[in-house]
Amino acid sequence: MTVAQGIFYLIAALAVAGGLGVVLMRSTVYAALFLFLALLAVAGIYILLASEFLALVQVLIYGGAVTVLLLFALMLTRASDLPETMVGAQWPIAAFVSLLLMGLLIATVATSNWPGDADGQITRLFFNELGDALFRRWAVPFEIASLVLLVALVGAIILARQEEGE
Amino acid sequence: MEAVAQQIPLEHFLVLSAILFSLGVYGVLTRRNAVLILMSVELMLNAASINMVAFAAYAAPERAVVIGIVFAVFIITVAAAEVGLALAIILRVFRNRGTANVDEVDQLKW
Repeated sequence: MTVAQGIFYLIAALAVAGGLGVVLMRSTVYAALFLFLALLAVAGIYILLASEFLALVQVLIYGGAVTVLLLFALMLTRASDLPETMVGAQWPIAAFVSLLLMGLLIATVATSNWPGDADGQITRLFFNELGDALFRRWAVPFEIASLVLLVALVGAIILARQEEGE
Repeated sequence: MEAVAQQIPLEHFLVLSAILFSLGVYGVLTRRNAVLILMSVELMLNAASINMVAFAAYAAPERAVVIGIVFAVFIITVAAAEVGLALAIILRVFRNRGTANVDEVDQLKW
């Protein structure tokens, strides 16, 4: 086993542990902190795939903004007051369905023949090439995504605003 | 672009992504609090991003590697928009109904 493989297994174990924490933890705040762990582990996976830019974006947006927003929402909705009602009654069916889905996906991955399998080489994309592609070839989708983000956040402010007489 | 020797097979990344996605599905199906459901959705979005980036990295260098990365960037953008909007809706529901549990918000059920 090479060093890269060892690091991969470590990071993958952290990601799966974080995911398990998110779905199984009784305390909502602990679940949010486990989500933070899983998101950081995914950033590590991006580094292993030689996409440093995505790893940085992942830590900044998910690790910083999204986790803090989720913690704020947990605090504002007082979600931790009722820990005994966290899990619905249909959990055995849900466990069956998700295990079935996982088995199906893993079986598909194992039996398919993927390109680039044999040599185990990955292609590294440099920052300037990504920026070039994002702002030239994908400039219109990029602008549309910016607009979507702007409209969504303005809408969020309007929805969450405290109205008079409330 | 530059080729890097990497001894991890592509399948490892895909299996990790499958496990994370299934965990997210389990969370969405079992959790009752809307914020926790949103967290599980984030897990599923991340699993999908891992798939995109892994396919991009393992594609042959002469192919357009950049597409997978651009897709992942857009997924992160849309996820950020989704989180902001969903949290605003959850706050509004909590203010109107006094609960953030999704099975207590059932006015549309008949």
